[in-house]
Amino acid sequence: MSSHSLLQQRDPAWASDFKAILKAYEQAGGKPDLLQTPRVASAVVSANRVLALNEIEGVNIEAEELESGVRARITVAPGTKVDYPVHLCFGMIPAEGLQEIIPEFEIGEGAEVGFLAHCTFPNAVDLKHVMEAHVHVGPGATMRYSEAHYHGPHGGIEVLPTTHAQVDEGGRLEFGFNLVHGRVGRLVIQFEVDVADRGVVELVTKAYGWADDFISVNEAVQLNGEGARGLTKTRVAVRDRATSEVYTTAEGNAPGAVGHMDCTEIVRGEAVARNVPAVVVRNDRARVTHEAAIGSVSKKELETLMARGLEEDEAVDIIIRGMLG
Amino acid sequence: MGNDALLKVEDVWVQRPGAEVLRGVNLTVRRGEVHALLGLNGSGKTSLALTLMGCGGYEPNRGRILFDGRDITGLSVTERARLGLTLAWQEPARFEGLVAADYLALGMKNPARERVEEALTAVALSPLAYLGRTVNSALSGGERKRIELAAVYAMQPRLAVLDEPDSGIDVLCIEDIMTLIRRMADGGTSVLLITHRDEMAEVADTASLMCGGAVVNTGTPAEVREYFARRCRPHEGLLGSQPWGAEAGGTYQRVVAEEVRDE
Repeated sequence: MSSHSLLQQRDPAWASDFKAILKAYEQAGGKPDLLQTPRVASAVVSANRVLALNEIEGVNIEAEELESGVRARITVAPGTKVDYPVHLCFGMIPAEGLQEIIPEFEIGEGAEVGFLAHCTFPNAVDLKHVMEAHVHVGPGATMRYSEAHYHGPHGGIEVLPTTHAQVDEGGRLEFGFNLVHGRVGRLVIQFEVDVADRGVVELVTKAYGWADDFISVNEAVQLNGEGARGLTKTRVAVRDRATSEVYTTAEGNAPGAVGHMDCTEIVRGEAVARNVPAVVVRNDRARVTHEAAIGSVSKKELETLMARGLEEDEAVDIIIRGMLG
Repeated sequence: MGNDALLKVEDVWVQRPGAEVLRGVNLTVRRGEVHALLGLNGSGKTSLALTLMGCGGYEPNRGRILFDGRDITGLSVTERARLGLTLAWQEPARFEGLVAADYLALGMKNPARERVEEALTAVALSPLAYLGRTVNSALSGGERKRIELAAVYAMQPRLAVLDEPDSGIDVLCIEDIMTLIRRMADGGTSVLLITHRDEMAEVADTASLMCGGAVVNTGTPAEVREYFARRCRPHEGLLGSQPWGAEAGGTYQRVVAEEVRDE
């Protein structure tokens, strides 16, 4: 596919949809201007329609509209160093419906690329968003992917992102998921990654649930290559009657493989938090560690902020939002 | 209560699990003064600081605390802070994701960048280098301590309780901290300064000595140090740590009794 230098807005009839999704994109923390900058590769998907697409030299985006979503293949050519993160916007403006996104990321050998993805469902009342992603980070390549969600104030949403990733020899994958504004609804994250020799993976997940939100994070890191390294960092806060469950597995299966799982969950009110780390080591030169802390907000942090004149609720909010970045 | 007394602690007793940490504390801090609180480790100084701030687990079971003539014994930490009382913790908290600029601005009535920068400069930290630094474990204990002091300074409270502001600070910069304390007092903030260092106590106008959970002597810093050397030093081994055993309790009683007899 040839490279394009201008934003392709596919159908003028969708201009109002485009405008609405850009507004929602902004609510999710995105910068709409960047979606319309020619030097920034981008894709805007609303429900099952690709509203806009921009490719740049070395970054190829193919998108196919499905009955209830979009299948996309994003390829970064070997050796390409992408100056500006690729911007992706997925969302739905209606209150009800189903969106299935099936992306495939292919990062060529030695390439370096970042992605800023925003998933926005500002009016969700009875909505389901399913993502089934496949990621391949080639030898010596680096992929940094950061995904921020905004689900609106109602909580009537189910979000089910699943990612299967492969990091080749000397490759690096940094993957961040962030849902700290608006309601969560029901969120079930599944992530599995296989890391080859000297490959590195870092998974950072942050979520803040309240009312009857449900958060489930399931991550499995297989350090199969010699000297492979993996880190999972999970930060979850729940209050009211919300529930969070964090299941992380790290396997050290080769000499010199080093893995670490770090989970902090803050619980307030009647909320429930659970952390179940699993450590598997199949090689006597591998090492996997984990640390977990679940509990209320630190009393000293709380009282320190209150001693500056903040109400307890304000102080708790600052501490939680600080932890969630 | 005299008009010049900003803080008055009257016969305050605090029971913690396994120990009575304050046993009838009486203390007065006057407006505009720096009052040093001296005493051995475990004598109850930090317990008193947490009690004054209203921290959880330090509710008095007897006595009362008056702030500017108002009984604040039952008030929350927030309510006390809003009246103008604050505390710089001996071991400051760590805040993941909270940068120094925001941390300092939290307690200010009218947050202004100039004031935040001035406060950092006052504790010998470069605003350029520290405004954006997160107040977490990436900072050294000394750096967090200075940021804590800067936050209190920026807040411009009426009374600042500083719990060992010199601990963890490199010796070369102790003078900066002393200057800051004097500057706070000159700016209208009374200071209750908890310290172990003689040179820090020199910045104070008055001082009190805590021993066995009570204030046993009040005077000028020099008088209190002399009292400590004469009366408490000989019993240091027995008085040095909570909970006080029967023997230490008896020693404490003798120290106080000698004072009463002398008077």
